[in-house]
Amino acid sequence: MLEVSKLIQGDKRTAAKIITLIENDEPGKHELLSQIYPYTGRAHVIGVTGAPGAGKSSLTDELIKQARKNNLKVGVIAVDPTSPISGGALLGDRIRMQEHALDKNVFIRSMGTRGCLGGLARATKDVIKVLDAYGCQVVLIETVGVGQSELDIMHYADTTLVVLTPEAGDHIQTIKAGIMEIADIFVVNKADLGNTKKMITDIEQMLDMSPRFKNGWRPPVLITSTLTQEGIAELWSTIGHHLASTSASGEHQEVVRKRLAMEVMEMVEENLRNALWNYFTVKNNLTELIDQLADRHTDPYSEAQKFVREISDKIFGKEH
Amino acid sequence: MARKIRVLVAKPGLDGHDRGARVIARALRDAGMEVVYTGLHQTPEQIVEAAIQEDVDVVGLSILSGAHMTLFPRVCELLKENDAGDIVVIGGGTIPEADVKTLKEGGWAAQLFTPGTTIETIVDWINANVKVN
Amino acid sequence: MSGNKIDEIKATREKWLTQRSKRKDRDINFDTVSGMPVQDIYTPEDIKGFDYLQDLGFPGEYPFTRGVQHNMYRGRLWTMRQFAGFATAEESNQRYKYLLEKGQTGLSVAFDMPTIMGYDSDHPRSLGEVGRVGVAIDSLADMETLFDGIPLDQVSTSMTTNAPASILWCMYIATGEKQGVPSEKLTGTIQNDILKEYIAQKSWIFPPEPSMRLITNIFEYAARHVPKWNTVSISGYHIREAGSTAVQELAFTLADGFAYVEAGIAAGLDVDDFAPRLSFFFNSHIDFFEEIAKYRAARRIWARRMKEKYGAKNPKSWLLRFHTQTAGCSLTAQQPENNIIRTAYEALAAVLGGTQSLHTNSMDEVLALPTEKSVQIALRTQQIIAYETGVANVIDPLAGSYFVEALTNKMEEEAEKYFAEIERRGGVLAAIDQNFFQQEIADAAYQYQRAIDKKQRIQVGVNEFINPDEQMDIEILTIDPAIERKQVEKVQKLRRDRDNIRVQETLEALRKAAEGTENMIPYILECVRAYATEGEIVQTMREVFGEYKEKPTF
Repeated sequence: MLEVSKLIQGDKRTAAKIITLIENDEPGKHELLSQIYPYTGRAHVIGVTGAPGAGKSSLTDELIKQARKNNLKVGVIAVDPTSPISGGALLGDRIRMQEHALDKNVFIRSMGTRGCLGGLARATKDVIKVLDAYGCQVVLIETVGVGQSELDIMHYADTTLVVLTPEAGDHIQTIKAGIMEIADIFVVNKADLGNTKKMITDIEQMLDMSPRFKNGWRPPVLITSTLTQEGIAELWSTIGHHLASTSASGEHQEVVRKRLAMEVMEMVEENLRNALWNYFTVKNNLTELIDQLADRHTDPYSEAQKFVREISDKIFGKEH
Repeated sequence: MARKIRVLVAKPGLDGHDRGARVIARALRDAGMEVVYTGLHQTPEQIVEAAIQEDVDVVGLSILSGAHMTLFPRVCELLKENDAGDIVVIGGGTIPEADVKTLKEGGWAAQLFTPGTTIETIVDWINANVKVN
Repeated sequence: MSGNKIDEIKATREKWLTQRSKRKDRDINFDTVSGMPVQDIYTPEDIKGFDYLQDLGFPGEYPFTRGVQHNMYRGRLWTMRQFAGFATAEESNQRYKYLLEKGQTGLSVAFDMPTIMGYDSDHPRSLGEVGRVGVAIDSLADMETLFDGIPLDQVSTSMTTNAPASILWCMYIATGEKQGVPSEKLTGTIQNDILKEYIAQKSWIFPPEPSMRLITNIFEYAARHVPKWNTVSISGYHIREAGSTAVQELAFTLADGFAYVEAGIAAGLDVDDFAPRLSFFFNSHIDFFEEIAKYRAARRIWARRMKEKYGAKNPKSWLLRFHTQTAGCSLTAQQPENNIIRTAYEALAAVLGGTQSLHTNSMDEVLALPTEKSVQIALRTQQIIAYETGVANVIDPLAGSYFVEALTNKMEEEAEKYFAEIERRGGVLAAIDQNFFQQEIADAAYQYQRAIDKKQRIQVGVNEFINPDEQMDIEILTIDPAIERKQVEKVQKLRRDRDNIRVQETLEALRKAAEGTENMIPYILECVRAYATEGEIVQTMREVFGEYKEKPTF
């Protein structure tokens, strides 16, 4: 019932339904994604990350406006945390972007992290493809702002913005979190709130110490205020410049190619793991095995090795 | 990943009485649902657009301005126009008995919760009436 | 009290406790409605450091714990001010004239939502909301109609307006000019409390900084040209209605008050030039003693801060004068008649807490605009308190109660903790930006609802003592759609008939002023005089200042 042809023609409801299917990892997902694949690879994917309270939503809203000024169709993926206790989530990032709700060329989708290890990254990559095929020339991803998943953004965004505020203190934490290494552009946001100089100096000093830069691009440090509009237009042109510059040098294409290889590998791993585990559970009476482990009649190391040897013998032959 | 119920909680009208909408949003989250909140001052058009893009199962309207007899039909019509008539529309607020009857019988609202309804009642209703396949 | 006496009480208490602990208590929650724990009994032990002169003093004197006037209600009862709004300027004008004939001297204007949000009646967002919850005012022409035949030097007018307060106030001043009444003679109040809009009521237009500038512009202009005007009514009412606790209402409201004082001082004004014109607006919720303690603590905190921290020298700057409204959120849709009783206790708390004026809610307000009969009962409630119960005969009659004094101290302590936290966050504006108030209130509201749902807290008729067959059959006021059409035509005709070149010039001058740092009031006044509409003036400023956008808090 979900037709890729309708997605390509820009049918909103189809796009929304396909995204749901991907998020839920429903059957038929892979077939759909293979059909979608030929229509992807066109959108400029921009990641917006940074600590909670840095103003990511407002900045994303401004970037939507800039893209629309340039007559580009925009997709937005806004991620909020899923409650680990209830499994539910409050998705409130839309509030700041609701003025675009009636713009036919803006599609906004809120997602919960759903707490599944690696699941969000997988789902996000696939949702980007859907929006890409749907015709979005720009896809903005607003991350949740905390945790390890922040670093994943560099694996699917073409241009990653790390958003910081001038307030002292928060920058030290972010440096610790390792988030600084993923930035293509640093944005010191909420310039209206305080002194940005210290923050800029800190970042520049840190960059001076970097041995080399990702894609041969030294991340510029920009100052913005969504309140006064300071630096917004400049940020937008810098984002464009980043893609143009890394494309001209060929770095961008190389990153994309590496990414594709990695994607295949990831999927092979995932499928293999699932298939092997299925086979393992069919072959072994799991309850019995666990009983034996618990009673210390056998150990996990030997059991795992035994199974792997059996599999590799099957695949590669005993002589291997 | 398991299928989760997605609910859009919307607050139409120019007034700022969002206490109820926020309490409900939080309660539905605590009941394991994914809740999209669109903020204050939303027009029916904005609400329906968000509902479609977010592919929600339920739209919950919180209305205290007395405009429920215009807003519920308008949201339902727009959903139908957008081929999204399957999205369940529910609501809450100060709605007199007679209007509750008219709205439900007219198919403008699947269920309406008037003041004093417990959060559990609302959660149970959604769990019982929203098919998640 | 001497230390020996306290020790004796302590010893006796220990003995009493051995008996007390044998008695089994009911299995319910004994906390206040705000969730504040209270003891089963209070004794002199609980107010050990109590110093009568320092902590209470005498009414009309520092620190005003016992009241702001020397003779309180023996001199003048509180003002029984019932807030009301009507569809169009013509209808409201008729109503006001009727009230004035009946001897009322103060008017209270409720505006409709489009006027409150700065939209003209013909704006698409106004659709269906024109004249619904109050009167629709689009331009000076409507304001002239609203007060037609009412000499503005003979009435005091209270206007519930916040984000566009400067514009509506200018319309009032210009209406006075038309009547030949100089602005120096105008008396009244504008609510003009934008901080609580970001915190709770959510009727904002511009971001906080330009909004604060407009407010200090009003302070400055009023001090020079409209000296008898109350320039801001700092409101806790809406904070409480949004679900806050009593302590949060107290602390956040006073913090807002301090922020206005600081903004005025930062704008170069002398604190005594504007502080006497600041007034307050509190909620009266159902927990009787907690509310009384809240009002007493509020007066004491304000007086001390104004004198000691802000260096105000005029005793009038130390006074916390306040209006009270009974809690709309305490009313229930079930068995609405019970709301009469709730409102009566709440009104009693406000009077025992020394309010300057009072609005009592009507029993059906939770369902609809009130009927004439229910409005009358609400007013009679106040009159019974004033004339029959005898509570107005003695000033601050609960002073000296161990419980009330201990609770008053506790409220003050808890409020001080909040002041420290707000300070740590960089002040009220920074705390708003960090969603601090909004999150605190959302948490309190959620916990309250949970307690009701779990029956940890009883609401009569809602989760206990329910009438199973009850039907909600109260009539809802329907607004004639013709009213909206008429108002739309009126504003469109105005735009055709007026001098549009002058309108454009005045709006352009306002834009330049907004971009600079001048006081904007004279420019707004010029726009108003040229019959620019409220929507046009707001739009001009919106283009310079931008629009506030809320941040998600749940």
